[in-house]
Amino acid sequence: MYQIALKMLLANRGKYLGMVLSLAFTSLIMTQQPAVFASILTRTYGLIDDIAIADIWVMDPQAQSVDESKAMPDTRLSLVRSVSGVEWAVPLHKGQLKARLPDGNTVGCGLIGVDDVSLIGAPGDMKSGSMADLRMSDAVVVDAEGAAKRLAVQVDGGMRPLAVGDGLEVNDHHAVVVGVANATPTFQSQPMLYTTYSRVKLFNKSERKLMSFVLVKAQKGQDHRRLAARIASETGLTALTADDFRARTLRHFIKRTAIIMHFGTTILMSFCIGAVVTGLMFHNFTQDALRHFGVLKAMGTDDRTLLLMILSQALLVAGTGFGIGVGMAMIMGNLPGDPMGMRLSPTILLVGGGAVLSITLVSAALSIRQVLRLEPAIVFKQ
Amino acid sequence: MTNTDMRPRLGAVALSPAPEGGADPAVVCAGLRKRYGEGATAVHALRGVDLTVQRGELLMLVGPSGCGKTTLISVMAGILDPTEGSCRILGQDMTALAPRPRAAFRARNIGFVFQAYNLNPALTAAENVSVPLRICGAPVREAMRKAEAALDMVGLGDKVESAPGDLSGGQQQRVAIARALVHEPQLIVCDEPTSALDHANGQRVMELLRRVGTVDGRALVIVTHDARIFDFADRIAELDDGRVTRVGTPGALAGAGHGATDPGPAPDGEDMPAVAPCAGPVDAAGGAMADAPHGGNGCRPSAARP
Repeated sequence: MYQIALKMLLANRGKYLGMVLSLAFTSLIMTQQPAVFASILTRTYGLIDDIAIADIWVMDPQAQSVDESKAMPDTRLSLVRSVSGVEWAVPLHKGQLKARLPDGNTVGCGLIGVDDVSLIGAPGDMKSGSMADLRMSDAVVVDAEGAAKRLAVQVDGGMRPLAVGDGLEVNDHHAVVVGVANATPTFQSQPMLYTTYSRVKLFNKSERKLMSFVLVKAQKGQDHRRLAARIASETGLTALTADDFRARTLRHFIKRTAIIMHFGTTILMSFCIGAVVTGLMFHNFTQDALRHFGVLKAMGTDDRTLLLMILSQALLVAGTGFGIGVGMAMIMGNLPGDPMGMRLSPTILLVGGGAVLSITLVSAALSIRQVLRLEPAIVFKQ
Repeated sequence: MTNTDMRPRLGAVALSPAPEGGADPAVVCAGLRKRYGEGATAVHALRGVDLTVQRGELLMLVGPSGCGKTTLISVMAGILDPTEGSCRILGQDMTALAPRPRAAFRARNIGFVFQAYNLNPALTAAENVSVPLRICGAPVREAMRKAEAALDMVGLGDKVESAPGDLSGGQQQRVAIARALVHEPQLIVCDEPTSALDHANGQRVMELLRRVGTVDGRALVIVTHDARIFDFADRIAELDDGRVTRVGTPGALAGAGHGATDPGPAPDGEDMPAVAPCAGPVDAAGGAMADAPHGGNGCRPSAARP
């Protein structure tokens, strides 16, 4: 009987394609938009992920997120280092500056100043050059995405990525690119410059306080959360494990921006439009086939079988539509250069699939109601 | 193809077994009343119908539009409950059955032929014919094999893969008849089986129904306006305003001038065959059928005889 149900569905090509396309676009939006949103959220705490070696982040109590920190005097570093259970602690600067490119253009950049000795805080994955060259005079490392886009240099007839050996002017100071690193892009897609903490002081001579964070490694066997609490109580600073700081940054970002509202509205509208279009088309399809369902009912098909026939039709529509939609989303996510910046996780697929399934089940429920209420005697009426 | 091998499997639904080939009537309606709606707007479609259909009999229900024919055939097919009275189909009181066993009873015991054929355009002729077997839970392959045999029986063995839309009206109705017979039901109900067909096709369809619809103790109930096919009936029950006004052989009713509505000119322009006058009144319960069994009244065209 399910074979008959599916043949009935596929025979009505117009409505079948209409329902499939409606669900395909609903699925596309319901997976692509959360995937882009997830990617954006990841960018908000990208620096924390990039410096995975740090167990604990120490900051001024007024710091809200990794992007909104308040600089501390360097003396706080010694305080943190003196707390028992701390294996090591290094300073990290996170700030902004303007860089003048070789072609004369000026670009706003993020600046990360890492520990001079250990270079902890610098991304480990180099595309070209060497992070160790940061110890050379006037050296900076740039992130690959920034080098290829915002920091690209105008040459005869086009643009080329900023490369090792290029010179920059940073706050009236000469700097030389010694490496290009693969780092998580920032939320604002701002180019990032990496240099040593002492050179940050050189670039920002007017600033007295430059230490945004203290990165801490816990001694072996130390509970990170307890150590963070101890650092906080002994220094008066805020100390958070990497996980807690990531969550705090995320919460702050969601709370302070309307981005979740924007994405949420798009997803909700897509859900509603998909539900209405699919529901109506499925209802119309059943309406068209009502006489045939009536014949089946008169001939002795019980209600349970009719219900399962309609469900099988709904599931075929949902499966095909969702498959096409997710396929399109995956193609978008794998476009060269990843312009959409998508993170299509299993959770997003699961939630998107659940939403599409719920749309089709509600549509099927409306149709099932029609068929179950159908008087089989209709077959004797013209 | 024996009766046994055509019986569909019914699954786990328990049913009162319908007597096959016994002396019990196929359908016994007693005091049937059917009312649609309530109060002043209520419509009384049946106003106390007593009617019996014997096994092996072809009974036609005739009467003007709105006289209750469709309601009566719906009750006799077990798809509509009467407001009052009882209807025993193949010995089973349908009102006593819950919806699911009732559906299973219909699936096993009743075949349907509709005025507009009601073939599913998404399915081939063979798939359409296999539907009753599939409803009963027969495996698809077996159902298709039997469906092809049934199509062969109605002379459409070469059309098994054809879509209903590719068949003529007469062919579609023959597919519908094959569908009604494929599971070897004991009762076949037909609603205006010839009204959409021209005279020649109508005669062919009736010859087919007559030939295969009343064998092995099967009963055939046909609702019709088409006076050209009255001669195929063993008995004709005339309804008017929800009541059976007369029942008798075609000859007896024709002699008394039965009141079936004029079907109008035949689609192919042929004249309607005259109904020869016959003697021999019969009662509504079919008791007097003894004097007018198959071939007994000499009113039917010989071509129509099985």
